[in-house]
Amino acid sequence: MLKDFFGKKVKVINLGIASFAEDLRKQGVETVHTDWRPPAGGNKKIQALLDKVASWQSKVKSAKGAR
Amino acid sequence: MVISHLIKKQTYFDSVTLMLIGSQVKKLPGIDSTVVGMCTDYNIESLKRLDMYQSSFDGLTPNDLIICIKAADKQTADAGIAEVEKRLASRKQTSGSAELPPSSQEEAASRLPEANMVVISVPGEYAAREAEQALNNGRHVMLFSDNVSIEEELRLKTLGASKELLVMGPDCGTAIINGTPLAFANAVRSGDIGVVAASGTGLQEVTSTIHRLGCGITQAIGVGGRDLSEKIGGKMTLLATRALAEDPATKVIVMLSKPPAESVLKTLYAELKNIDKKIVIYFIGADPKAIEAQGFIAASNLEDAAIKACDLSTGKKHNSETREEQIIEAASGSKMTGKHLRGLYSGGTLCDEAQRLLQPVIGEISSNTPVKGCKEMPDVYKSSGHCIIDLGDDNFTRGKAHPMIDPAYRSERMLQEIADPETGLIIFDVVLGYGSHLDMAGEMVAAVEEGRKKSGRNPLLAACICGTREDPQNYAQQQKILEDAGIKVFPTNVAMVSFARHCLERNK
Amino acid sequence: MLIDIQQANANAIAAIQASQPVLKGIGTALEVVPGMKKNLILHAGPPITWERMSGPLRGAVMGALIYEGLANTPEEAEKLAATDKIEYSPWHEHDGVGPMAGVGTASMPVWILEEQKGGRKTFCTLNEGLGKVLRYGAYSEEVITRLKWMETVLAPVLKAAIPLAPEINLKNMIAQALQMGDEVHNRNKAATSLLIRELAPAIVKTSFPETDKARVLEFMHSNDHFFLNLSMPAAKMMLQAAEWIEGSTIVTTMCRNGTDFGIRIAGLKERWFTGQAQIVKGLLFPGFSEEDCNPDIGDSAITETCGLGGFSMAAAPAIVKFVGGTVNDAMNFTRKMYEITDGESQAFQIPNMEFRGSPLGINLLKVCEKNVLPQINTGIAHKKAGVGQVGAGLVNPPLKCFEDALEAYVEKYCKDE
Repeated sequence: MLKDFFGKKVKVINLGIASFAEDLRKQGVETVHTDWRPPAGGNKKIQALLDKVASWQSKVKSAKGAR
Repeated sequence: MVISHLIKKQTYFDSVTLMLIGSQVKKLPGIDSTVVGMCTDYNIESLKRLDMYQSSFDGLTPNDLIICIKAADKQTADAGIAEVEKRLASRKQTSGSAELPPSSQEEAASRLPEANMVVISVPGEYAAREAEQALNNGRHVMLFSDNVSIEEELRLKTLGASKELLVMGPDCGTAIINGTPLAFANAVRSGDIGVVAASGTGLQEVTSTIHRLGCGITQAIGVGGRDLSEKIGGKMTLLATRALAEDPATKVIVMLSKPPAESVLKTLYAELKNIDKKIVIYFIGADPKAIEAQGFIAASNLEDAAIKACDLSTGKKHNSETREEQIIEAASGSKMTGKHLRGLYSGGTLCDEAQRLLQPVIGEISSNTPVKGCKEMPDVYKSSGHCIIDLGDDNFTRGKAHPMIDPAYRSERMLQEIADPETGLIIFDVVLGYGSHLDMAGEMVAAVEEGRKKSGRNPLLAACICGTREDPQNYAQQQKILEDAGIKVFPTNVAMVSFARHCLERNK
Repeated sequence: MLIDIQQANANAIAAIQASQPVLKGIGTALEVVPGMKKNLILHAGPPITWERMSGPLRGAVMGALIYEGLANTPEEAEKLAATDKIEYSPWHEHDGVGPMAGVGTASMPVWILEEQKGGRKTFCTLNEGLGKVLRYGAYSEEVITRLKWMETVLAPVLKAAIPLAPEINLKNMIAQALQMGDEVHNRNKAATSLLIRELAPAIVKTSFPETDKARVLEFMHSNDHFFLNLSMPAAKMMLQAAEWIEGSTIVTTMCRNGTDFGIRIAGLKERWFTGQAQIVKGLLFPGFSEEDCNPDIGDSAITETCGLGGFSMAAAPAIVKFVGGTVNDAMNFTRKMYEITDGESQAFQIPNMEFRGSPLGINLLKVCEKNVLPQINTGIAHKKAGVGQVGAGLVNPPLKCFEDALEAYVEKYCKDE
């Protein structure tokens, strides 16, 4: 439930504008800034193939009870 | 003029970093133009427009970075390139440890598996995919990116709602979750007021005012401007509101938005009526009576929303920080040097609020983002008549960082307005908080002083500071810098606009 | 299919790490190489036909036909090579590898490597030396004469010496060489010295004429790259351990035939994914220019596939003088490769990275996701047969190989997602 998230410490993955991560760090928030770049060098076809693999693996991992 | 360039293939930086660096280096002596950016269609066009394009640039892609500088001579141009490179290099280093930073959400997640929020500000065409990945991994999403389609938004919010995960956005600039300011947000104490808003600066103005009035918030949840549209049906608004309703720490709920679509309004009211907590609603531009008829407390502007929320939180009556008499007195001592008002806003909602409050009083107002009753500016780059401008709107921010981060264009425009003999009064907002420029007051005053010097003119000036004394900028110092420059300072947009109204009425 | 890619790749890398390639001996290709035939020409890189071969490979084929006595002159050899009397096959499909043109034929002596625990074997011809040699496409009388000498003197001496020497574990020898400034692709000086040191006493103990033994020692000593023809089949032995683990996206082969670049993936059994071999960029010897260069050629990229060569550039700073750049560049090339590999080598440690293991196990998915290509550092052949090496430098495989492989992988394992 969303209300159960209220009150928890926010821990952030930041994708994109670096200053957002810097501001969070200044406040002592656990943050990982990502040196993000367009996946697959911007190639949409390859991105779609990678997404299929990721989707498949997501199912495999849940089926195996890995979570 | 000499043009130097440097191309870095397959080298990626976020657009804000690049635009800021380009903007800073452009200020160096002898430099005429800079283009620092990924080779997107827009930047290629800019190069052509500035006569900086070369045929050797054909075949460059949006994954390649170009640094192109036009300067008085080769030495200066080359030095400019070196300066850009230096700033880019130091950017990379600030990301910390000896280890290479992660280059994907997946890698980042393996470094911080307990992450519960993903803040996304990548280009719009990639944003939905990242958001979906975050949701699939059980994480909340702050979706700062714009240019996400409404279909993608619907898909993401449906997914998020089914998992009770927040999807804040798209185009959401502000949120404060569990006491943590995200993106552009102010340092606001914790308390018992929960805010749900479809507006960035609106949320900033309301939460900052709540803080200054001595109260505090539980959550400030941004839902993105389209959440209450028919297609999206208020998915995130409903999710957030239900959660605040069940949250023991939240006593009062504030809702800020443009008027929702009819169909959504029905569902929303039905939902809100089931909530056993006090609710303050501000539907911007809507008739407060219609809201009160439904049994809710209606606010008439952003300051009013904050005051009413504080009243309900404490059970005591709160007053506006600025009394009407103070405003009238300030106006009576001020003389407009020309017939017209110019508003230079960085916050879109504040720009809207100014238009709405002034339109009944001063008649014809034009804007680049006109509200009902106001006119569209024929040329957004040239003011005429009363003009209230949202400088954060798309037509001003192509290829440039938002005016809350980069004051360059607003400073330029300030000079223009000061020099215009039609201008009698200029009003502007100074938005403090995380993400915003660290010395916006200093930048604006520098522009004002340059404008006065160059034109010999000195129109009336007023500013409102949207922020708190806990913000990273020094509130008191920002205020002093403005006041020392002869600018009247107000704590809310409403107070500043009221001052403007009185000045304009005296000037008739 | 319920396959966990992370697990499959971990298994693949564990198998690679566990492999112990040992020098077993020397044999004649026809007798020891699986599938060898009198009219079969084995070559470097993915499958290719005569019509598509570049200069150095054609020259090597012609030289080999003359050496085997199947043709008397280069003209005859050229005519014969184009007929279906001569068959061609990649070394990789016969448990072997060949540097540069990499041509191997029936009568040629080959190194025999074996997995220490017994079982698999890999093969490679012996390195002829520098200059006008078969592997650069030379086919003159001098080349043939040298090949004959290798067949009749070099090979028999070494064949007799190897059993008299202590067991040579090539993985250990490579690990030591890595800590002496070699990366065992473009720089093999230390490894060659270590090899000669191990074999010299045994060579002396054999009962061949003193002059032959001396010539053998001088021959090995005169060629700083003699060890390359052992580092390559050693790497192949290790990578073969991962073939063909179901679902794994680890790259087990990278190779070039001078026209095409080919890769193979552990989970895509025996399938080749090819693209155009690229032009190597680096420093050319005096008198040569970019127009003289042949596209990338040779099976030596098997070293990079196994965490050596370009992936271990940080261990061989001297290389940068060859490829152009700074010592820091060499470190950065290695660092970058960690982005696309799943593991780190236990055996191959890099001293000036705090003995961190070299990047091991190129993951196809990472290459595609990050758009980062494996970094190869290699020699450059003149595009005309027989001129020889014209420089050395850096090159990458074409992205197309990886894109095609990804497409095939999805088609096989998860096309309905």
